[in-house]
Amino acid sequence: MTSTATNSAPARGEVLLDVQDLAVEFDTEAGRARAVDGVSFTVRAGQTLGIVGESGCGKSVTALSILRLLPQPMGRIVGGRILFRGQDLATASMETLHKVRTGQIGMIFQEPMTALNPVQRIGKQLSEAILLHRGVSARAALEQSIELLGKVGIPSPEMRVGEFPHQLSGGMRQRVVIAMALACRPALVIADEPTTALDVTIQAQILELMKALQDEMEMSVILITHDLGVIAETCEDVLVMYAGRVAEVGPVEDIFERPSHPYTRGLLESIPRLEYPRKSRLRTIEGMVPALMDLPTGCRFNNRCPHRTGRCTAEAPTLDPVAGAHRVGCHHWRGLPAWAEPAA
Amino acid sequence: MSAPLLEVRDLRTWFPVRGGVLLAARGQCKAVDGVSLSVWPGETVGLVGESGCGKSTLGKSIVRLVKPTAGQVLFNGTDLASLPRRRLKPFRREVQMIFQDPADSLNSRLTVGSMLEEPFLIHGIGDDASRREKALELLRVVGLPPAAIDRFPFEFSGGQRQRIGIARAIALNPKLIICDEPVSALDASIQSQILNLLLDLQERLRLSYLFIAHDLAVVKHVSDRIAIMYLGHVVESGDGEEVYRHPRHPYTRALISAVPQPVPRRQRYRQVLSGEVPSPIDPPPGCPFQPRCPHVQSVCREQRPPLREVGGSGLAVHTVACHFDL
Repeated sequence: MTSTATNSAPARGEVLLDVQDLAVEFDTEAGRARAVDGVSFTVRAGQTLGIVGESGCGKSVTALSILRLLPQPMGRIVGGRILFRGQDLATASMETLHKVRTGQIGMIFQEPMTALNPVQRIGKQLSEAILLHRGVSARAALEQSIELLGKVGIPSPEMRVGEFPHQLSGGMRQRVVIAMALACRPALVIADEPTTALDVTIQAQILELMKALQDEMEMSVILITHDLGVIAETCEDVLVMYAGRVAEVGPVEDIFERPSHPYTRGLLESIPRLEYPRKSRLRTIEGMVPALMDLPTGCRFNNRCPHRTGRCTAEAPTLDPVAGAHRVGCHHWRGLPAWAEPAA
Repeated sequence: MSAPLLEVRDLRTWFPVRGGVLLAARGQCKAVDGVSLSVWPGETVGLVGESGCGKSTLGKSIVRLVKPTAGQVLFNGTDLASLPRRRLKPFRREVQMIFQDPADSLNSRLTVGSMLEEPFLIHGIGDDASRREKALELLRVVGLPPAAIDRFPFEFSGGQRQRIGIARAIALNPKLIICDEPVSALDASIQSQILNLLLDLQERLRLSYLFIAHDLAVVKHVSDRIAIMYLGHVVESGDGEEVYRHPRHPYTRALISAVPQPVPRRQRYRQVLSGEVPSPIDPPPGCPFQPRCPHVQSVCREQRPPLREVGGSGLAVHTVACHFDL
């Protein structure tokens, strides 16, 4: 077993991944679009970082960049560093990258059907992941596959290894994908909307499973989602993205209890909550997310922001420390009204 | 008013399951299997359930996009379920539908204007000029600029397209709109805009909604009464607030506890259900929920529990289909 992952694992809470000033560009028909612009964050060992934002905010592109999985040839990293255990993945050789992809960082995608090979038995696919980085026999790999499937809660795994993905339900398929991501005992798992395609009772099962496995295997997780509820219940740290930039970042309690960016506040206020009185009008964020080819100057949120001033259109805000690790990209965060827990 | 606008009685929509060389029917998929519910003028009834529970099929059966197998769909007293197709046309004005993904439900080759004028054309209302006038008025009502009239659906974002879908649905002053997952494809900041629009329109136009969605928080927010569906059956119904505060069915309880709340580190009991929804082609005997139910007893495997009243009265009667009082 190539267990660089387990042997040299940093102590819980230490920085495992340090992304600095990441910039990603895409060539489009309309020209060059900067999908991620100066994004920095860290992931600590054994902890979960949530990346939240709406469609097109760059959260998935950020995740794909970490493993250099951007669609080719349109997408490329044009700046910044991705330090994973001191190694810069942004510039690493393909050989190093291959080692990281197969042995240290696992990836879980939203739609398990696209991540699984539809014409290959589940046992074969899982064994392949194990054989890639562990010097074991095919038989031993299959046995380990069965064990892994049992671990992710698949009933009668010794029968399931002989089945094809289409014979499983969506929730079961996602369990298989999780098993594949865990096959190499990674130090970090990147999960891109892992439960978005699932029903809410199945989502609860999968999130519970991920949490249990994380504790058992001492992994770090980057969880990408649009669901603030999922973030609140599963993450230690949160990165809020808007139009390719960081709006706000910090410990989950700080972000939800003292949101300091008007966008974060708008998001928290706009979601319907079970305790609201029926038919009360929800707060909204006016307008819509700008297209990447048509971004406003200065702060990218300025055309939807109720607190906009001339400075917001003239100058892009930098990340300002609020308290501790909590930082916000807004010129006026100090002057915002005191935050009150939303009640429609 | 003293009569329901819509009354669905013991509705069943079964699909034949075909297989083999000759595609002979080998069984029935009981997507909707004996559902009764009513919608009164001006109210919203929310229908919640997970994929495959039959909620969308129920919606489509009501507007006759799908022909029900048995049961009645009484709209102002007329049974739409048994009406011949050609006699449905007058009711198409009164009952409209809003779909999940407006990109799929809008004709991509028509301008927004011609799409909005079409309902008037079909029902022979007004002339060219007045129809265009009406289309402009509709755009204003749903919060789109007049310039939208000569543009095509692909030129709009998801939220704007849903506004177009809504404009088309309200064009003929319907009494009832079936909303099938109208906001689930939208981002949070746009979702709240559309929910507010639906609430405003309901007040202004005295609309009734049957609001179908998988998101309990959304459904509870817009609905007066809610019904929880599981595997083709309604397992619990009642006043939305009452069902949320005092859920009586174990599935409703699990559903409520599974909704992630945007409050960090909230210590709360979560009942994680084991297992998955069975197939409606081969439903379990007895109670549809028994294979996953933490309180299952032998009677649950033998008899299907009927919906019984457990509280409330009149419209707000609270019903639950469970053998036990939990």
